[in-house]
Amino acid sequence: MTIKGKKKPRLLQGNEAVVEGALAAGCSFFAGYPITPASEISEILAYRLPQVGGTFIQMEDEIASLGAVIGASLAGAKSMTATSGPGFSLMQENLGFACVAEVPCVIVNVMRGGPSTGLPTNPSQGDVMQARWGTHGDHPIIVLAPSSVHDSFEITVQAFNFSERYRTPVILLSDEVVAHTRETVTLPEPDEIEVWDRIRPSMPPEWYIPYEDTSRGVPPMGIFGDGYRYHVTGLIHDVRGFPTARADEIEPFMQRIHRKISQHFHDIQIVKHYMTNDAEIVVIAYGSVARSARRAVLDAREKGIKAGLLQLVTLYPFPRREVVGTIRNSRVVLVPEMNMGQISREVKRVNEGMTRVATLNRIDGGMITPQQIYEWIIKE
Amino acid sequence: MAEITKLVHKYLRHDKKFPHVWCPGCGNGIVLGAMIRAIDRLGYSKDEIVMVSGIGCSGRLPVYVDFNTLHTTHGRALTFATGVKLAKPELKVIVVMGDGDATAIGGNHFIHAARRNINITAIIINNNIYGMTGGQYSPTTPYGMKATTAPYRHIEHAFNIAELAVTAGAVFVGRGTVYHARLLDRLIEKALLKRGFGVVEIITHCHTQYGRRNRMGDAVAMMNWQKEHAVRIERAADMSEEELKDKFTIGVLVDRDLPIYTEQYNLVRKQAQEQASRQ
Ligand SMILES: Cc1ncc(C[n+]2csc(CCOP(=O)(O)OP(=O)(O)O)c2C)c(N)n1
Ligand code: SF4
Ligand SMILES: [Mg+2]
Repeated sequence: MTIKGKKKPRLLQGNEAVVEGALAAGCSFFAGYPITPASEISEILAYRLPQVGGTFIQMEDEIASLGAVIGASLAGAKSMTATSGPGFSLMQENLGFACVAEVPCVIVNVMRGGPSTGLPTNPSQGDVMQARWGTHGDHPIIVLAPSSVHDSFEITVQAFNFSERYRTPVILLSDEVVAHTRETVTLPEPDEIEVWDRIRPSMPPEWYIPYEDTSRGVPPMGIFGDGYRYHVTGLIHDVRGFPTARADEIEPFMQRIHRKISQHFHDIQIVKHYMTNDAEIVVIAYGSVARSARRAVLDAREKGIKAGLLQLVTLYPFPRREVVGTIRNSRVVLVPEMNMGQISREVKRVNEGMTRVATLNRIDGGMITPQQIYEWIIKE
Repeated sequence: MAEITKLVHKYLRHDKKFPHVWCPGCGNGIVLGAMIRAIDRLGYSKDEIVMVSGIGCSGRLPVYVDFNTLHTTHGRALTFATGVKLAKPELKVIVVMGDGDATAIGGNHFIHAARRNINITAIIINNNIYGMTGGQYSPTTPYGMKATTAPYRHIEHAFNIAELAVTAGAVFVGRGTVYHARLLDRLIEKALLKRGFGVVEIITHCHTQYGRRNRMGDAVAMMNWQKEHAVRIERAADMSEEELKDKFTIGVLVDRDLPIYTEQYNLVRKQAQEQASRQ
């Protein structure tokens, strides 16, 4: 999705851009519980959603927030919640429900330092693995990471689009730096934005088989009240949605919910290349760190060093093919992260001895600066 | 009898694999029957009903009936229902919960849904035990009774669910039993008609997990216990504390009117839109 703006430039914070993206994508329901550094998303939506006929509600906790979001989505609303680490932990059970019942929704996690109450006002990227594996059981998930204010807008729209197209929860992993940085951005006009809606059943209701496999692996979604009465459950279910314990029904179900994502890797896996073509030193970064990395790479190029940046926008499903293709001919790969090494584990996993993978980790509550990455590149 | 069976069949899902999961003699079937009768009498269409449940034996209730049905996570049914109702207020949202579901893991959601006065009907099937997981004590297991996790005796004090609902702000609160079937039908009907958060606590038996362990006999004996220990709320007013000592009241505890959440939010929308258009 490319976005060209003709509107006036605006000074926005990352969290504000998430709100703009959500509204542009058609979000009409938000339920949340206040938490730093995500609260602005709630506050602004409390103001904006009723203006456009949507609904905002502050629930009693984050478990309730995601519950309400799932309920609203089943009733036809594009729905979102926003939180940070502690709240994201509380959402994990209902997140799995949304995976299994295939309910589109967007969960924003503005990462702060953890574990536990951790560092409420400091940036971190410590929730990557939780975003991927936080809810129990094998499940597919889509995780996207914005790196700037403009990204926050664009990728929020993308998050809604993926959630609708693939009937899945999508996690937007922002971080405190992205969320609170103010930048001048030019947002696109509504007609410049591509917005996808879930596919609804069109057959007569008596023919509707709610969880039937399709070529895309994504069944059309009936909405409560529109005549397609069906059963929604967190239990593993047969094609009609009824609980099952039959191996010959469990296996195809589990395979399908994974296949509906894996069969569309080409669509879902978004990366951005900066001078990786001839790069001997490849930096792989995401979120606010990708911006620091980009600066560092530009500075290194000025010194004649063949450095490049692969920015991961989609963290999961992990863009293996793009990563392998980019690092294959490199001398060394650096994965800078504001954690003890989470995406670096994935890079090492797919590397399989092609190149050397180094890490640069910062866990003292500070952001990774361009200087830190630049110095590492220079030393190489 | 045949008429009643016919009526129930009109609402059952015939493409669902039966038999159901409940023990023979379980009160959950009586509750389902009462709900179907109330819905039928009030003339709701199948499409406008959304039946939401949590996890437990009670939570399995919606799967059998041909409405929009939503079997959520343990304790969270009211949160999902809140989302459904707010996104599509024209739907009739009915939530079925167990005693553990509604007042242990879901206790917080329960009091907040009542406080908000969201237009939802909550049916709580109180069998004083965790039935599905095998007889562990719940927030309504009485003091001194036995459970698998209270093998000696239970030393906690039970919630009075209906009174909890009253205190939390529910606009309609009724309590019935599965023995008093006609009263139950009427209570559910009233709760469905009520605009706002309506609660019906239904005292029932889990002879398998609770009755057996506490020597209360089979399902019939436990229903007799309900008959002997329930007192109509109108009559209780004239009874002494001594006479009421081991009794519980049934009937309508509260029927009052307070502003309804969805209507209030509509006013907020109007205000927001007016302010925006002035800017
Ligand atoms: C988060 C979570 N914790 C525990 C359980 C296990 N569990 C299933 S049902 C249940 C209790 C059911 O008791 P109650 O709500 O009273 O319903 P009943 O079976 O008695 O109708 C428990 C603890 C679960 N499903 N989810
Ligand atoms: S265990 Fe108890 S509550 Fe569950 S079905 Fe059996 S009798 Fe009913
Ligand atoms: Mg129970």
